[in-house]
Amino acid sequence: MFNPPSPHEVRILSRRFGIENSRSIDVFLANDGYAGFKRALEIGADAVIDEIKKSALRGRGGAGFPTGMKWSFIPRTSPKPKYIVCNADESEPGTCKDRLLIQNDPHSLIEGMMIAGYTMGSNLGYIYVRGEYRYLILILEQALAEARARGYIGKNIQGTGWDFDLFVHTGAGAYECGEESALLNSLEGKRGTPRLKPPFPATHGLWQSPTLLNNVETFCAVSHIVRDGGEAFAKHGPEKNGGTRLMCLSGHVERPGVYELPLTTTLPFLINEVGGGVRGGKKLKAVQPGGSSSPILTADEVNVGLDFDSLAKAGTMAGSGGIVVLDENADMVSYALRVIRFYQHESCGWCIPCREGTTWLKKILERLDRGEGSTKDVDLVGELAKNMFGRTFCALGDAAAWPTGSIVKKFRAEFEEKLARTTVNVPTPDQLVGISF
Amino acid sequence: MLQISSQLEARWQQILDAYPAGKKRSAIVPMLMFAQDETGIVTEELIEEVARRAEVPRLQVEETIGYYSMLHRKPLGKYHVQVCTNISCMLAGGMELWEHAQKTLHLGNKEVSKDGLISVEEVECMGACSWAPAVEVNYDFHHQVTPAKFDAIIEDLKKKG
Repeated sequence: MFNPPSPHEVRILSRRFGIENSRSIDVFLANDGYAGFKRALEIGADAVIDEIKKSALRGRGGAGFPTGMKWSFIPRTSPKPKYIVCNADESEPGTCKDRLLIQNDPHSLIEGMMIAGYTMGSNLGYIYVRGEYRYLILILEQALAEARARGYIGKNIQGTGWDFDLFVHTGAGAYECGEESALLNSLEGKRGTPRLKPPFPATHGLWQSPTLLNNVETFCAVSHIVRDGGEAFAKHGPEKNGGTRLMCLSGHVERPGVYELPLTTTLPFLINEVGGGVRGGKKLKAVQPGGSSSPILTADEVNVGLDFDSLAKAGTMAGSGGIVVLDENADMVSYALRVIRFYQHESCGWCIPCREGTTWLKKILERLDRGEGSTKDVDLVGELAKNMFGRTFCALGDAAAWPTGSIVKKFRAEFEEKLARTTVNVPTPDQLVGISF
Repeated sequence: MLQISSQLEARWQQILDAYPAGKKRSAIVPMLMFAQDETGIVTEELIEEVARRAEVPRLQVEETIGYYSMLHRKPLGKYHVQVCTNISCMLAGGMELWEHAQKTLHLGNKEVSKDGLISVEEVECMGACSWAPAVEVNYDFHHQVTPAKFDAIIEDLKKKG
């Protein structure tokens, strides 16, 4: 752990954090390790999927899709090989939870993937870890070697006659590879560009075979859900939003940190009670509640629950669980620019609305941040964002358009103030019409 | 002929064994990443060798390399100092830290010191948002980095040489 825990936490996924040597298989086994897998063997594949459905677990990678439903889409009787893939390419700005799960409890991830493998009749899986997390790759390899030595990975697992192999695959620096179809291309040794969907990975994933792809936290949650039953997990969240999640609190708060909290937690409670309030007793200005892709909330809009449906109803999203807090002194123009600089850098260039849209948004926001340009540029940012949204190959375009459009819309006055403050006299596009150079 | 260490040889074998027959293209990026840790950069000889072992045309390796920001055709410093300025780090002083880094090291973005020891880069989010601002030196994370803490990290690197 890199921050002190909070008394408000409900520790399910983080239950083994803090136990000495928690990443070793002996400590894991002494603390209910692989009990979820053993229960999966007892109850069988259909009942495993039922438990996950009952848990109301929703994907922790960002989209919040119901995990039980995702699992039920895999054609388990297909004669093709089936693959289990874990997305450990954590790179959504504001999100730093998968790191903790792998660092403190790698066997929990392995267990979740084994349950998936057994349920789907798969014999092979991969954990795709971002290149920057090299130390976690080494931790996972050590854990896999231990699991192999104890007969949890490899041939005839625990005498069941079922074989399952699991390997770690390193990425090499690309946010886009967190998108599931881009991740699969990357795992196949290609450029990490997204694929046209449908077909979806459930039927045509890795090497065009049925593939179950989940986030680290989702697989870890499965290991606990199958062990303790779906209801025990579901009860910590509102309807259709089961369980706890690792919330990554950052920005202008007294106690930033990763905290495991029930999905019934509200945003004000997280900021004030868990996080100790806005730093230095300042006033709150804005919050991005689901990583840098999520539409921004103003201080007047933060009275909302942190579950997927409540945040969607509030016009934003729970995303990958990164909650970024901005105080009254935050410069929203510079903030918007920093957000778009990221997406412009990470756009893979595969489709035009994203490649061009992020580039132009960056150019215009750089101008506005210098206090140059005109109020028409502010409109242009909103229009560009609107035109990108829903028109790109994958969600990266939406992820760029959503926060940018919402910041300009909700904090327009700050953009205009910055323009008014500047004394630089820059001609507007209108003034340039008819001038020959 | 490319000379590689026995450790890298073992690592490459482990990587190649992880993918089914006929699917060895998957090994390209992992093989290059671990090789680059030894060689410092991706060289023509390295590309040739990876293509041969992964049983793919050389062009497919070239095409793939161009996409990934952590694979380098130009040398970096022995210690590559990566300063994050993305949103959470920015709100915790990451921009000021980045300015400080460039000023004290007398290096611009992606530049390498004359002795080849240190290079510096402004990077995107690396997953340390709640413990910002963050710096990663090669693969080692440093959290809540102040300018003073940054100077101490650099001093250590210089001492280690």
